Amino acid sequence: MAAVQAGLPVRLESIAGELPLPVFVGITNELEMRYPNQPLTNESQSHILGSVAGSAPRPPADRPVLRHPDTSMDKLEAWSPPQSPGISPPRSPSAYRSYPYGAQRNGTDTLLVHDAKVPGRPSVPQENSSPSHYSVKLQPEQPVITRVASVERLVERLEVDYSDDPWRITEEQREYYTNQFRSLQPDLSALIMGTVAKNFFTKSKLPIPELSHIWELSDVDKDGALTFPEFCTAFHLIVARKNGYPLPETLPATLRPGFVEAGVVTAPPSEATLPLIVFDENMMPGANQLKMGSVDLQGTSRPGVTAKQEARDESRKPEFSPKRIPEPHEKTIQHVSTLKPDSPQELDANMKSRTRPRSYSSTSIDDAMKKVEEPPTPPPRPQKTHSRASSLDLNKLFQQSGQGAKSGWLPPPPALPPRPPATQIFSFLPGSEKSSQKAVQQPNFADFSKFREEQESSLRGLSTEDLTPPKSESTVVHQGHAPQKPVRRKLHPESQSATPPSATPYSAATLTKSTQRPPPKQKREIQMAIRKNRETNAVLTRLNSELQQQLKVVHRERVTLESQLELPRPVTST
Amino acid sequence: MAVCIAVIAKENCPLYIRSVPTQGELKFHYTVHTSLDVVEEKISGVGKALADQRELYLGLLYPTEDYKVYGYVTNSKVKFVIVVDSSNTSLRDNEIRSMFRKLHNSFTDVMCNPFYNPGDPIQSKAFDSIVSTMMVQAC
Repeated sequence: MAAVQAGLPVRLESIAGELPLPVFVGITNELEMRYPNQPLTNESQSHILGSVAGSAPRPPADRPVLRHPDTSMDKLEAWSPPQSPGISPPRSPSAYRSYPYGAQRNGTDTLLVHDAKVPGRPSVPQENSSPSHYSVKLQPEQPVITRVASVERLVERLEVDYSDDPWRITEEQREYYTNQFRSLQPDLSALIMGTVAKNFFTKSKLPIPELSHIWELSDVDKDGALTFPEFCTAFHLIVARKNGYPLPETLPATLRPGFVEAGVVTAPPSEATLPLIVFDENMMPGANQLKMGSVDLQGTSRPGVTAKQEARDESRKPEFSPKRIPEPHEKTIQHVSTLKPDSPQELDANMKSRTRPRSYSSTSIDDAMKKVEEPPTPPPRPQKTHSRASSLDLNKLFQQSGQGAKSGWLPPPPALPPRPPATQIFSFLPGSEKSSQKAVQQPNFADFSKFREEQESSLRGLSTEDLTPPKSESTVVHQGHAPQKPVRRKLHPESQSATPPSATPYSAATLTKSTQRPPPKQKREIQMAIRKNRETNAVLTRLNSELQQQLKVVHRERVTLESQLELPRPVTST
Repeated sequence: MAVCIAVIAKENCPLYIRSVPTQGELKFHYTVHTSLDVVEEKISGVGKALADQRELYLGLLYPTEDYKVYGYVTNSKVKFVIVVDSSNTSLRDNEIRSMFRKLHNSFTDVMCNPFYNPGDPIQSKAFDSIVSTMMVQAC
């Protein structure tokens, strides 16, 4: 390695005439020596590279700058294959080259800060030149140097404070954003609607065009709603703006929702719709992170999501180091292959296409109606990929969630075959109380069947007869009431009102069925059971009629809306 | 490559109009304005019988000596008008359609922004960049 490194300066100097790149690559004292000269030469070089850089879709200007030095530095890469392929040398000088970009982009004070940091940094990496270490240490180092150059890419060493990079969210900030998100939307994995977010962000007293721009930057999937990462991004941009930082033209990579990823780019596996989240919410709060990641839809595979979750969990502890390691990986992948800049595009497109209907499925009927009413029709994009994919994914999702739910709870008792479909229907609904109600009901049903069995055994002459039937009936009543309460709450989202009656009749049916089973034994208990069931039936029928009325109202409204739509021009479908 | 691109709202007020600045923008504004009549004529004609089948892409609205005007209208009566130089014969229908599709998509993105009030002039930078890619790179 030493030989190679020794060889490097030699070769570099041979090329030194052409580009200032090699000079930087020395990474040793050469760097520090020549660094004062760099900014001058960098200006001219930066212009050249800027024109060469072409278009990198998302990443800011320094990224194309970084990538093209890759190609131009092919000669140097003969030595670099042992290390991460040619990233390190090109990146560092180009980092310097992009220094002027950083200077233009942000205030000079940050530039000076980086200025101070640069001499310290390069001295460190030289020791970590063994290939095995390279991938870990040099990559943090690479991003370090690149980030030194670009304010947006500040790679923190272990001891560095994160506040230098205005586009990186610190731990405290993230917690604050989490709390704010919770205040708007208790479910961390759900969406914040556009209007809600608008009201919230308007309180920041930023001018509306700037807020509009921030929204454009942070709503990556363009669904008119903010996921938790998007919300963090938006909030962070607002905070930065309030502190005087000018808004970037494109979203910095550190703020992108999937930036914590280990660069694992697999096909977006599951439609991270709310039902899955609802079920998993009953698991550890850590699962929220998991779901957040999956909601994120940045192409995180399940293992990727868990890795991300672990990364997040680990990052909850002192350092961001685990996070940094995935993200330098991501950076190297980005730099090594030009695929990665494309894949965020694809991912964005995928996200875009996938999340458009996600917003539909996740919102209540009011928002769905609102979307229909909005002048820009929900045109080609959701239909393009999503209608099919969503159905597939949803099916897969429900199977997964169904299995997950089933395995998580008691195995469905044999007396309740209709229950699983009802569960799935329920899972369409965003209400988490529904799922909790389901959870309540399922154990209840399990208990209920147990009680029934107990009852049957007890009916053979045990003295506990009197206890168990009342218990069972209380559970029956409880079940009868439990469906009612969430159902009443669900009266507002009227479309969902159809399902509770369907679910509760299930419960009533099964209850009545099981009550009729041991008829002849103890008339008193049976009669009590029958009476209770009649009461629940009455209540449910009343509820049913109410809901039917509401359904009629909704139908009427829908008809009027449709007629209104029809009025100006008949609506065509493309 | 378009010479002028305009987005007109349902009430026929302009939301966005941008043209290549070399040739006197007033002329393009006038052209777009007059093209609205043709658009109205086209969308009113189909209405009764084929309620579901009116196509969004209206095609060539009218040609003049110097340029051709293409129209596209969304289901919510937002109109997109593209003015293309006549001398540019290489532009095919498909390309125009794809331009309109891109416009429509980016317009939808603008709409999704809750800070955008429908009826406001469109000031989104993303929309601007999309339009720039489609304009003649003359300036």
